[in-house]
Amino acid sequence: MITGYAIAVSACAAGVAIWAFVLVVLNRAPEKPLLMGIGGVEALLAIQVVVSVVMMVGGGRPGSMITFLAYLFGALLVLPLGTVWALAERTRSSTAVLGIACLTVPVLLLRMVEVWGGASA
Amino acid sequence: MAPVPDERAGQPARERPATASGPGRVLIAVYAIFAVAATSRAAVQIATRFDEAPIPYVLSAFAAVVYLLATFALARTGRAWWQVALVACSVELAGVLVVGTLSVFDRAAFPDAAVWSNYGMGYLFIPLVLPVIGLLWLRRTRPA
Repeated sequence: MITGYAIAVSACAAGVAIWAFVLVVLNRAPEKPLLMGIGGVEALLAIQVVVSVVMMVGGGRPGSMITFLAYLFGALLVLPLGTVWALAERTRSSTAVLGIACLTVPVLLLRMVEVWGGASA
Repeated sequence: MAPVPDERAGQPARERPATASGPGRVLIAVYAIFAVAATSRAAVQIATRFDEAPIPYVLSAFAAVVYLLATFALARTGRAWWQVALVACSVELAGVLVVGTLSVFDRAAFPDAAVWSNYGMGYLFIPLVLPVIGLLWLRRTRPA
Protein backbone atom coordinates (compact mmCIF):
# COMPACT_ATOMS: atom_id res chain seq x y z
CA MET A 1 0.00 0.00 0.00
CA ILE A 2 1.55 3.29 -1.14
CA THR A 3 -0.08 6.22 0.66
CA GLY A 4 0.74 8.73 -2.10
CA TYR A 5 -0.89 6.50 -4.71
CA ALA A 6 -3.99 6.03 -2.52
CA ILE A 7 -4.27 9.82 -2.15
CA ALA A 8 -3.97 10.27 -5.93
CA VAL A 9 -6.67 7.67 -6.63
CA SER A 10 -8.89 9.24 -3.94
CA ALA A 11 -8.48 12.65 -5.58
CA CYS A 12 -9.44 11.22 -8.99
CA ALA A 13 -12.51 9.48 -7.51
CA ALA A 14 -13.55 12.66 -5.68
CA GLY A 15 -13.12 14.61 -8.91
CA VAL A 16 -15.37 12.21 -10.84
CA ALA A 17 -17.90 12.37 -7.95
CA ILE A 18 -18.00 16.19 -8.16
CA TRP A 19 -18.37 15.92 -11.93
CA ALA A 20 -21.33 13.55 -11.46
CA PHE A 21 -23.02 15.86 -8.93
CA VAL A 22 -22.59 18.84 -11.29
CA LEU A 23 -24.39 16.77 -13.94
CA VAL A 24 -27.14 16.01 -11.38
CA VAL A 25 -27.61 19.74 -10.81
CA LEU A 26 -27.77 20.19 -14.60
CA ASN A 27 -30.44 17.44 -14.69
CA ARG A 28 -28.45 15.10 -16.93
CA ALA A 29 -28.59 11.35 -17.28
CA PRO A 30 -25.18 9.57 -17.17
CA GLU A 31 -23.21 10.36 -20.31
CA LYS A 32 -20.29 8.56 -21.90
CA PRO A 33 -17.43 10.84 -20.72
CA LEU A 34 -18.56 10.38 -17.09
CA LEU A 35 -18.67 6.59 -17.54
CA MET A 36 -15.18 6.72 -19.03
CA GLY A 37 -14.03 8.70 -15.99
CA ILE A 38 -15.44 5.98 -13.75
CA GLY A 39 -13.67 3.37 -15.89
CA GLY A 40 -10.44 5.29 -15.35
CA VAL A 41 -10.85 5.27 -11.55
CA GLU A 42 -11.63 1.54 -11.71
CA ALA A 43 -8.39 0.95 -13.64
CA LEU A 44 -6.45 2.86 -10.94
CA LEU A 45 -8.14 0.68 -8.29
CA ALA A 46 -7.12 -2.48 -10.17
CA ILE A 47 -3.51 -1.22 -10.15
CA GLN A 48 -3.96 -0.64 -6.40
CA VAL A 49 -4.85 -4.31 -5.96
CA VAL A 50 -1.76 -5.42 -7.92
CA VAL A 51 0.53 -3.08 -5.96
CA SER A 52 -0.91 -4.27 -2.62
CA VAL A 53 -0.58 -7.95 -3.53
CA VAL A 54 3.02 -7.44 -4.69
CA MET A 55 3.84 -5.63 -1.41
CA MET A 56 2.24 -8.43 0.63
CA VAL A 57 4.21 -11.05 -1.30
CA GLY A 58 7.29 -8.95 -0.53
CA GLY A 59 6.58 -9.24 3.22
CA GLY A 60 4.28 -6.26 3.92
CA ARG A 61 1.52 -7.02 6.42
CA PRO A 62 -1.58 -4.96 7.24
CA GLY A 63 -2.87 -4.70 10.84
CA SER A 64 -5.66 -7.13 9.96
CA MET A 65 -5.32 -9.19 6.80
CA ILE A 66 -9.02 -10.08 6.49
CA THR A 67 -10.13 -6.47 6.98
CA PHE A 68 -7.58 -5.21 4.48
CA LEU A 69 -8.58 -7.76 1.83
CA ALA A 70 -12.27 -6.93 2.38
CA TYR A 71 -11.59 -3.24 1.73
CA LEU A 72 -9.25 -4.00 -1.19
CA PHE A 73 -11.78 -6.08 -3.11
CA GLY A 74 -14.77 -4.08 -1.87
CA ALA A 75 -13.20 -1.00 -3.44
CA LEU A 76 -12.77 -2.95 -6.69
CA LEU A 77 -16.45 -3.95 -6.75
CA VAL A 78 -18.21 -0.74 -5.73
CA LEU A 79 -17.93 1.10 -9.07
CA PRO A 80 -19.02 -1.81 -11.34
CA LEU A 81 -21.97 -2.65 -9.06
CA GLY A 82 -22.91 1.02 -8.70
CA THR A 83 -22.78 1.46 -12.48
CA VAL A 84 -25.01 -1.56 -13.11
CA TRP A 85 -27.53 -0.26 -10.54
CA ALA A 86 -27.35 3.27 -11.97
CA LEU A 87 -27.78 2.36 -15.63
CA ALA A 88 -30.87 0.19 -15.12
CA GLU A 89 -32.77 3.47 -15.28
CA ARG A 90 -31.26 6.45 -17.11
CA THR A 91 -32.29 9.56 -15.22
CA ARG A 92 -30.50 12.23 -13.21
CA SER A 93 -30.88 9.85 -10.23
CA SER A 94 -28.64 7.38 -12.09
CA THR A 95 -26.01 10.10 -12.27
CA ALA A 96 -26.38 10.69 -8.51
CA VAL A 97 -25.90 6.96 -7.87
CA LEU A 98 -22.63 7.08 -9.84
CA GLY A 99 -21.50 10.11 -7.80
CA ILE A 100 -22.21 8.31 -4.51
CA ALA A 101 -20.40 5.17 -5.71
CA CYS A 102 -17.35 7.36 -6.48
CA LEU A 103 -17.55 9.00 -3.04
CA THR A 104 -17.18 5.63 -1.31
CA VAL A 105 -13.78 5.09 -2.98
CA PRO A 106 -11.85 7.72 -0.93
CA VAL A 107 -13.50 6.40 2.26
CA LEU A 108 -12.46 2.83 1.47
CA LEU A 109 -8.91 3.92 0.54
CA LEU A 110 -8.58 5.93 3.77
CA ARG A 111 -9.56 2.85 5.79
CA MET A 112 -7.12 0.73 3.76
CA VAL A 113 -4.26 3.12 4.53
CA GLU A 114 -5.20 2.98 8.24
CA VAL A 115 -5.36 -0.82 8.27
CA TRP A 116 -2.12 -1.12 6.29
CA GLY A 117 -0.50 1.20 8.83
CA GLY A 118 -1.37 -1.20 11.65
CA ALA A 119 -4.98 -0.49 12.63
CA SER A 120 -6.74 -3.77 13.34
CA ALA A 121 -10.28 -2.78 12.34
CA MET B 1 -26.75 15.55 -24.42
CA ALA B 2 -30.27 16.84 -23.84
CA PRO B 3 -31.56 17.21 -20.29
CA VAL B 4 -33.77 14.32 -19.21
CA PRO B 5 -37.38 15.01 -18.28
CA ASP B 6 -38.51 14.80 -14.67
CA GLU B 7 -38.68 11.20 -13.49
CA ARG B 8 -42.36 11.32 -12.63
CA ALA B 9 -43.44 13.28 -15.69
CA GLY B 10 -44.45 10.23 -17.71
CA GLN B 11 -46.68 8.72 -15.04
CA PRO B 12 -50.40 9.21 -14.57
CA ALA B 13 -51.16 11.82 -11.91
CA ARG B 14 -52.78 9.38 -9.46
CA GLU B 15 -50.08 6.71 -9.63
CA ARG B 16 -47.43 6.66 -6.92
CA PRO B 17 -43.81 6.06 -7.98
CA ALA B 18 -42.27 2.68 -7.07
CA THR B 19 -39.81 2.76 -4.17
CA ALA B 20 -36.98 1.67 -6.51
CA SER B 21 -37.53 4.36 -9.16
CA GLY B 22 -36.02 7.81 -9.53
CA PRO B 23 -34.60 9.21 -6.26
CA GLY B 24 -35.37 5.83 -4.68
CA ARG B 25 -32.43 4.36 -6.60
CA VAL B 26 -30.09 6.81 -4.86
CA LEU B 27 -31.58 5.93 -1.47
CA ILE B 28 -31.21 2.20 -2.15
CA ALA B 29 -27.60 2.72 -3.28
CA VAL B 30 -26.77 4.40 0.05
CA TYR B 31 -28.65 1.68 1.96
CA ALA B 32 -26.73 -1.00 0.05
CA ILE B 33 -23.40 0.62 0.96
CA PHE B 34 -24.39 0.63 4.64
CA ALA B 35 -25.70 -2.92 4.41
CA VAL B 36 -22.40 -4.20 3.02
CA ALA B 37 -20.31 -2.06 5.39
CA ALA B 38 -22.28 -3.04 8.51
CA THR B 39 -22.44 -6.72 7.56
CA SER B 40 -18.75 -7.10 6.84
CA ARG B 41 -17.72 -5.07 9.88
CA ALA B 42 -19.99 -7.05 12.22
CA ALA B 43 -18.77 -10.33 10.71
CA VAL B 44 -15.12 -9.43 11.32
CA GLN B 45 -15.83 -8.11 14.84
CA ILE B 46 -17.77 -11.18 15.92
CA ALA B 47 -15.39 -13.64 14.27
CA THR B 48 -12.16 -12.15 15.61
CA ARG B 49 -12.77 -10.41 18.96
CA PHE B 50 -16.30 -10.92 20.19
CA ASP B 51 -15.16 -11.04 23.86
CA GLU B 52 -13.85 -7.46 23.81
CA ALA B 53 -17.23 -5.76 23.38
CA PRO B 54 -20.13 -8.18 22.97
CA ILE B 55 -22.94 -5.59 23.26
CA PRO B 56 -21.83 -3.26 20.44
CA TYR B 57 -20.90 -6.21 18.23
CA VAL B 58 -24.32 -7.82 18.62
CA LEU B 59 -25.88 -4.43 17.90
CA SER B 60 -23.64 -4.09 14.83
CA ALA B 61 -24.95 -7.41 13.58
CA PHE B 62 -28.55 -6.37 14.29
CA ALA B 63 -27.99 -3.07 12.43
CA ALA B 64 -26.54 -5.05 9.52
CA VAL B 65 -29.67 -7.20 9.31
CA VAL B 66 -31.90 -4.11 9.39
CA TYR B 67 -29.89 -2.43 6.61
CA LEU B 68 -29.98 -5.58 4.47
CA LEU B 69 -33.74 -5.88 4.95
CA ALA B 70 -34.36 -2.19 4.16
CA THR B 71 -32.18 -2.35 1.03
CA PHE B 72 -33.91 -5.46 -0.25
CA ALA B 73 -37.45 -4.28 0.57
CA LEU B 74 -36.97 -0.84 -1.00
CA ALA B 75 -35.63 -2.45 -4.17
CA ARG B 76 -38.74 -4.64 -4.54
CA THR B 77 -42.19 -3.58 -5.64
CA GLY B 78 -45.59 -4.28 -4.11
CA ARG B 79 -47.52 -3.46 -0.97
CA ALA B 80 -45.97 -6.20 1.17
CA TRP B 81 -42.41 -5.08 0.46
CA TRP B 82 -43.43 -1.48 1.05
CA GLN B 83 -44.62 -2.53 4.52
CA VAL B 84 -41.41 -4.47 5.19
CA ALA B 85 -39.44 -1.37 4.20
CA LEU B 86 -41.58 0.75 6.56
CA VAL B 87 -40.85 -1.61 9.47
CA ALA B 88 -37.13 -1.76 8.63
CA CYS B 89 -36.76 2.04 8.40
CA SER B 90 -38.78 2.54 11.62
CA VAL B 91 -36.67 -0.02 13.53
CA GLU B 92 -33.56 1.62 12.11
CA LEU B 93 -34.61 5.07 13.33
CA ALA B 94 -35.55 3.71 16.78
CA GLY B 95 -32.26 1.76 16.87
CA VAL B 96 -30.02 4.71 16.08
CA LEU B 97 -31.84 6.89 18.62
CA VAL B 98 -31.82 4.30 21.44
CA VAL B 99 -28.29 3.01 20.81
CA GLY B 100 -27.04 6.54 20.23
CA THR B 101 -28.46 7.70 23.57
CA LEU B 102 -27.20 4.63 25.45
CA SER B 103 -23.71 5.02 24.00
CA VAL B 104 -23.55 8.66 25.10
CA PHE B 105 -24.63 7.90 28.70
CA ASP B 106 -22.88 4.55 29.18
CA ARG B 107 -19.55 4.78 27.40
CA ALA B 108 -18.15 1.77 29.27
CA ALA B 109 -20.57 -0.59 27.51
CA PHE B 110 -19.52 0.77 24.09
CA PRO B 111 -15.70 0.70 24.06
CA ASP B 112 -15.58 0.08 20.31
CA ALA B 113 -17.71 2.19 18.02
CA ALA B 114 -20.62 0.40 16.35
CA VAL B 115 -22.50 1.88 13.43
CA TRP B 116 -25.22 3.41 15.66
CA SER B 117 -22.91 4.55 18.51
CA ASN B 118 -23.11 8.30 19.19
CA TYR B 119 -25.97 8.58 16.70
CA GLY B 120 -23.72 7.37 13.90
CA MET B 121 -21.14 10.13 14.38
CA GLY B 122 -18.36 7.87 13.09
CA TYR B 123 -20.31 7.60 9.83
CA LEU B 124 -20.93 11.36 9.44
CA PHE B 125 -24.39 10.97 11.05
CA ILE B 126 -25.61 9.30 7.86
CA PRO B 127 -27.17 6.46 9.99
CA LEU B 128 -29.32 9.12 11.70
CA VAL B 129 -30.39 10.91 8.50
CA LEU B 130 -30.91 7.81 6.34
CA PRO B 131 -34.02 6.37 8.10
CA VAL B 132 -35.66 9.81 8.13
CA ILE B 133 -35.18 10.17 4.38
CA GLY B 134 -36.29 6.55 3.97
CA LEU B 135 -39.54 7.17 5.87
CA LEU B 136 -40.23 10.38 3.90
CA TRP B 137 -39.66 8.47 0.66
CA LEU B 138 -42.00 5.68 1.82
CA ARG B 139 -44.69 8.29 2.50
CA ARG B 140 -44.28 9.58 -1.05
CA THR B 141 -44.51 6.05 -2.47
CA ARG B 142 -47.29 4.71 -0.20
CA PRO B 143 -49.42 2.20 -2.14
CA ALA B 144 -52.91 3.51 -2.82
